[in-house]
Amino acid sequence: MKSLDPRMNRLDLIHENRIQTDEHKHWPTYEVFHQKKRGDQVRHEGIVHAPSPELALVFAKEQYGRRFKSANIWVVKSSEIYTFRYEDEDIFDTAPEKKYRDGDYYKVREKVEKFQKENNMKSGVSTNYFGI
Amino acid sequence: MEHIKELLYKMADDALIIGHRNSEWTGLGPTLEEDISFSSMAQDKVGHALNLYQILNEQHGEADPDALGFKREEKNFKSCHLVEYPIHGITKTEDGGLASTSGGYDFSLIRQFLFDHAEYARYMALTESTYRPLANFAKKVKGEIKYHIIHADTWIQQLGNGSEESHARMQNALNEVMPLALGIFEEGDFEGQLISDNTFIGEKALKEKWLEDITPIIERSNLKMPNIGSLEPALGGRKGYHTEHLKFLLDEMTEVMALDPRAEW
Repeated sequence: MKSLDPRMNRLDLIHENRIQTDEHKHWPTYEVFHQKKRGDQVRHEGIVHAPSPELALVFAKEQYGRRFKSANIWVVKSSEIYTFRYEDEDIFDTAPEKKYRDGDYYKVREKVEKFQKENNMKSGVSTNYFGI
Repeated sequence: MEHIKELLYKMADDALIIGHRNSEWTGLGPTLEEDISFSSMAQDKVGHALNLYQILNEQHGEADPDALGFKREEKNFKSCHLVEYPIHGITKTEDGGLASTSGGYDFSLIRQFLFDHAEYARYMALTESTYRPLANFAKKVKGEIKYHIIHADTWIQQLGNGSEESHARMQNALNEVMPLALGIFEEGDFEGQLISDNTFIGEKALKEKWLEDITPIIERSNLKMPNIGSLEPALGGRKGYHTEHLKFLLDEMTEVMALDPRAEW
């Protein structure tokens, strides 16, 4: 059978002794983390399949590092990541109710800015947190 | 300025032809991630060709980049033979003819390894060129080409140290491609002038640097360096004498444009 794509016909892909790859037999996956600039936190972006950490980095660069400004990329073999089980998700259940534990729960920005203005203080210092 | 034009043309033509060739893997690469990486690097090469044709157009009064890429006759191309070969590579048949190897990613990877190391060394040398447009361009893209050699080096080491089959295929491809790669360093008519006015270090010095760069990678990949002195370099490309593959490639590359050369895109 001939293809409409001349490249396919040239490659002689229909070959009697072609190596068959087993179904679901893939290279392991690596988790990819992207860093925009030095010192920034790294952000999880996705995965790549690769036969070695070195090639995982090579693939990750083109997969996740070509559209944004980048300083670095990290890869970690997925099997090296430790997680909880989703059936234990209920351990997080009451977390959303405890906003009072967070500094930014207290909306004091306006009060702080007013105080700074009255006392000729420079603003710009973080005013999110109570008591600074 | 003829000597600078000569240098720009051979660099641009190499980049366009290898970029077009490597883009033939798009959609056919061995894995999704590799397909995307290889295609993206092929695009980089076509981009380099565009930039170099632009310098020819703006600084030297040559035709516009589209015309230089798509409307020049085969004999006016200055690409080396290495970049012209089909992606599936070549192998000698029993009767002395040439046939394609099946698959051929081994050929394409070794070609990338040998070509891109020469290109990287060339651009690094050109960052010091007295010809400012080229020095500036080299500084801008040297990082891009550095990634291309990291890609090639990583694969060559992976497969050279891999299974018995992957090692054998890398070694065969290296032996096959080396004479073609030596054709990169064919000197043009203005070589002396390029060196004397410090536009470029020259092809002999470039080849020395190239050998210095590739030898340790070949050793780390457990491969044997072919005996360079005994090989016949594939010459002629820089003078406009090409393999039979270039005409075919140019016809296919310009097929759509040829339907209506004045169409607006």
